[in-house]
Formats: sequence, C-alpha cells, structure tokens
Amino acid sequence: MAFTAVLQSEWTKIRTVASTSWTLALVFLVTVGFAALFSATFDPNRLDAAQRATFDPTATSLSSMELGQLAMIVFGVLVVSTEYSTGMIRTSLAAVPRREHFLLGKMAVATALALAVGLLTSFASFFLTQALLGDLGIGIGEENVLRAVTGAGLYLALLALFCMGVAAMLRSSVAAISVLVPFFLIVSNLLVGFEATRTVGQYLPSNAGGRIMQVVPHAFDSPETPYGPWGGFGIMVLWTLAAVLGGYAVLRKRDA
Amino acid sequence: MIELEGLTKRFGTTTAVDHLSFRIRPGVVTGFLGPNGAGKSTTMRMMLDLDNPTSGTVRVYGKHYRDLSEPLKHVGALLDAKAMHGGRSAYNNLLCLAQSNRIPRQRVDEVLDLVGLTAVAKKKSKGFSLGMSQRLGIASALLGDPEILMFDEPVNGLDPEGILWIRNLMKGLAAEGRTIFVSSHLMSEMALTADHLVVIGQGKLLADLPMADFIQQNSRSYVRLRSPQQERLKDLLHEAGINVVSVPATGTLEIDGVSAEQLGELAARHQIVLHELSPQRASLEEAFMRMTADSVEYHAHAPGMAADNPARPADVPAWGAAHTATRKAGE
Ligand SMILES: Nc1ncnc2c1ncn2[C@@H]1O[C@H](COP(=O)(O)OP(=O)(O)O)[C@@H](O)[C@H]1O
Ligand SMILES: [Mg+2]
Repeated sequence: MAFTAVLQSEWTKIRTVASTSWTLALVFLVTVGFAALFSATFDPNRLDAAQRATFDPTATSLSSMELGQLAMIVFGVLVVSTEYSTGMIRTSLAAVPRREHFLLGKMAVATALALAVGLLTSFASFFLTQALLGDLGIGIGEENVLRAVTGAGLYLALLALFCMGVAAMLRSSVAAISVLVPFFLIVSNLLVGFEATRTVGQYLPSNAGGRIMQVVPHAFDSPETPYGPWGGFGIMVLWTLAAVLGGYAVLRKRDA
Repeated sequence: MIELEGLTKRFGTTTAVDHLSFRIRPGVVTGFLGPNGAGKSTTMRMMLDLDNPTSGTVRVYGKHYRDLSEPLKHVGALLDAKAMHGGRSAYNNLLCLAQSNRIPRQRVDEVLDLVGLTAVAKKKSKGFSLGMSQRLGIASALLGDPEILMFDEPVNGLDPEGILWIRNLMKGLAAEGRTIFVSSHLMSEMALTADHLVVIGQGKLLADLPMADFIQQNSRSYVRLRSPQQERLKDLLHEAGINVVSVPATGTLEIDGVSAEQLGELAARHQIVLHELSPQRASLEEAFMRMTADSVEYHAHAPGMAADNPARPADVPAWGAAHTATRKAGE
C-alpha cells in the first residue's frame, strides 16, 4: 500500500472536521491575544532591579503559550480519539489494515499541520508583542531569539504529537483530555515550584521542552536547568517517542 | 476466497467464537446464521483483522487481511452503519476512504448515486437516519468495486422499504457474480437471499450446507397425534417400529416418515381414540430454532415454541458434522 495514499486520506480527514479549525484557531487566538494583552498593559516601572536585569522580551511574547497549548492538547487528542468515539476506527482500519501506516500517516499529517500553526502562532505573537513593548522590545536578529521563536513552534508541534500518542493509548477523548490538561497545566508547574520536586519536574515534557523558548537564562526568576535549550527539547522528543510507541503498541494489540 | 481455520475468540471467560472453520464460496450468497450472541459480528470483525483472534487464522485470497494491498478493492464490508465520522459529510467520509486505497474520486459520486444519497452528499452524516447511514455504509463497501462483500445484519432496524431495498441490492450484486457473506439471526431472511448457509451457535459451527439441502431436509412433513390414551399409543407405535417424539408442551406426539392414513388405521385397529391426527410441515424457522436450541443464551419462554423443546434425536440430521465430512472427503 502506498503510504502517500494514506497521507492524502488523512489530510482529507483532518481538513473536513470542524474540531480541527476551532482547536487550531484557539491556539493562535489565545496565544497571540494574551501575549498582546500582557505586553500592552506591561509597566516596566514595576520591575525591580533583578527582574529588570533578567527581563526576557522574547519569553514575554511566548509566555501566553502556557494557555494556548491547552487548545493544542485538545487538537492532538481529538485527531486520534474521534476515530474511536465515532466508530470510524473500524472503517479506517478495514481500509488501511497496516496499523503502522494508519497511525504514522495520521500523526505525520496532524503534526505537520500543528507545526505550521505553531510557527504562525509563535512568530505572530513575537512580532506583535515586540511592537507593543516599544523600547523594551527586541529584534528577531538578536542572539538566540530566532531559536526561541522557532522553538516555540516546534514545541507546539511536538506537544500535539505527544498528545496523539497518549490518545492512542487511552482511546477516549475524555480520558486523554482529563489526564493531559491537568498534567500540563498543574502538575508540571507544581513540581518545578517546589525545591524538593524540582529536579523531577524539570524533566517533564513541557518544562524540558519549554526551555527552548527562553533567551535569558534566569528570566522571570526561573531556576537553573540541568540542560540547555536543545537538550531540553531532546528530553521532550524522548517523551513524545515513548507516547507514540505506546500508542502504536496499544493499537496493534487491542481489538479495534 | 475467504477461509477460516480454527478461528477462536475469547473475551475474558466468554468464548465468543469457538474453533470455527469454514470456507466462503465464490460467486454465491452465503448466509451466516446464528441467534443473537452467537459470535457472528465477532467472526466478521476477525475476518477484517479488526479483532485479534485468540487462536486460528483467516485467509483472504490466501493472505492475511493485513497483507492485502488496497483491501477495499477486494473486500467491502458493512459491519456497523454508524461507523463513520458524523461531523464529516457523506461525500468526505467516502472520499478519505477512497483516497487511502487509491480509488478515483469519481467513484465516490458513482457509489453515492448507486445508493441514492447524491442529494445529501454534502450533509453531515450524523443527521442521517438509520436507513441513510446503512446506505452510506453500503456505499463505502462498494467503493473499491470489490469481489467480496460482507454485511453484518444489514436489515436490522430498517423499515420494510429499506429491507426490500437491501434484499434487491444483494440480489443484484450476486447476479453480477460477486461473493456475498451476510449475517442474520432470522432464518426467514436467509431463506430469501442465501444460496448457502453457515449456521453457528455459541461460537461453534452447527451447519455448513447449501440452502437447497437445508430446505429439503427441513421441509419434511410429519404427523401430529393427540390421544387420551397416549401411553398406550406410544407403546403400540414402538412395537410397530415407528419412531415417536413426545412434545410435552402441547401434549402431542410427532411421527416422521409414516403417513396419516397408516397411523389412523393403526389406531383404529387397536381401538385407540384420537383427538388429533394431522399432517404437518415444519417451518424453516422452527428447524433453525431447534438446531440452535442448545446454544441460545436466553430462551424465549413462549409456550409451544420449538426452542423450548428438547432437541429431538430424529430432528438433528447429520447437518454440520456429516456434511462437513462429505465435503472434506470430496476435496
Ligand atoms: N468486545 C467485547 N467484549 C466482551 N465480550 C464481547 C465483545 N464483543 C462480543 N462479546 C461477546 O461475544 C459474544 C458474541 O457476540 P457477537 O459476536 O456480537 O454475536 P452476534 O453478532 O452473533 O450477535 C456475546 O456473548 C458477546 O457478549
Ligand atoms: Mg451481531
């Protein structure tokens, strides 16, 4: 079976359901909207000396991703789990019985789309915020800034893929969303918040992967990390790989 | 074509399919008959490689289904009419399936037309009635113009018009020389459409024979007797070497292979009063119910129903066993 045929089929699937457009539109609107709101109301006089020294205008553009990523989680989950909730999975697998083709095709198409939306979101957010920050703003040509902004787009794509893997393991929208949203929104932040759990917390996918978005090392009083931006990203890649393999194992083993 | 060998599926402690072996013959309609819960759907899911067998194999053209390249061009199936993404239009649901098997786009329009859904092609399929969903499912089965078609209880829940439509469609597809495998829990439905019968009960093969043979074996007539001197009558019949079956539910005796005249005369000779002496013809539905009586999970407790009667030795012809044996010998 031609893999390109599967890609084409999955592209048709993804572009013909409403959930794709509203989740991805939310990723963009929430991220860009909150970044704009935050920088438009930003008052540099409220910063103390230390904060001023580590002020990271790039991170200011990208911090709203914390919220925007929730919609990306939903996107990643729904791409996979609606196959199960609608019963389409049986029709899909009867047409493409090779599980690796089916899953890889779906993940490739959805991840590519998430990457496109992710990059669009991070660049739009960056340029809009920097314009609003005025004198405090920074150019894309400054050291490490391009890496951080591109990295934010990569982060969103990887996050979507991670969620697809988890959804393939759990096979239910409700189960996957109710595990992933609290995990990314609360658990990840909570664990790095406490000294005792920080080392563990720093290795969670969003904390490790998010390091790529920082330009100034200790911006916003963030703690020291045992890895650099790409090292952190690599950790998130490993998490994602594990989720994808887990999802594939479940798809292979369990009855459709 | 399609061959099942020792196919077995267990869900926890339930054995849904139990060492099932049979072959689907090309170019005919094979009816897959069994009471609810017999394991028909599970068997069909395993045929499409959706459920993993606990043991045994299914071969389609000698291959595992998973190894068929572009399977929709060989096998089309309608298992569950609702197995589509409801938020997607009928057209797009079919388009993504067509693309995965490199089926040209115009074929989507063709099959939509064939099942009469052209007018609602752009509508989301979640608004479809069961009849329309069934048509959409059939359109998806026909997409690849496959040689083999499988339908799981296609008439369930349909209105009479829908039922008629499906029956005619299947006849038309069979007339084109396609192989059709269709399940049902109703003998009467099968009698109308199938050329060949595979009967299962509790996951086990009970019969595998041409429809004509089934009808011939089961449209046999028998004579029903009722008498206030039933015990004496029974003894007499035994002495005469006549096989008798008592049906406690109705208080009657049933006799095979002896005419009503002979029985009447025999009773008269011994001065036995008869309250009933009537030639009967067994319906196919009754024959099927008797056949699966031991294997239905929940008996219907309607008095006098054949399913409530103990299976009678005379009524269990060597269907499954003997027939399979002859076939094997002939191969
Ligand atoms: N996914 C499942 N999990 C557990 N038991 C199942 C599952 N699917 C079917 N069964 C059981 O297997 C048996 C056969 O079911 P099924 O194949 O649906 O029968 P039929 O289609 O002939 O009505 C039933 O006892 C049913 O309860
Ligand atoms: Mg069934």
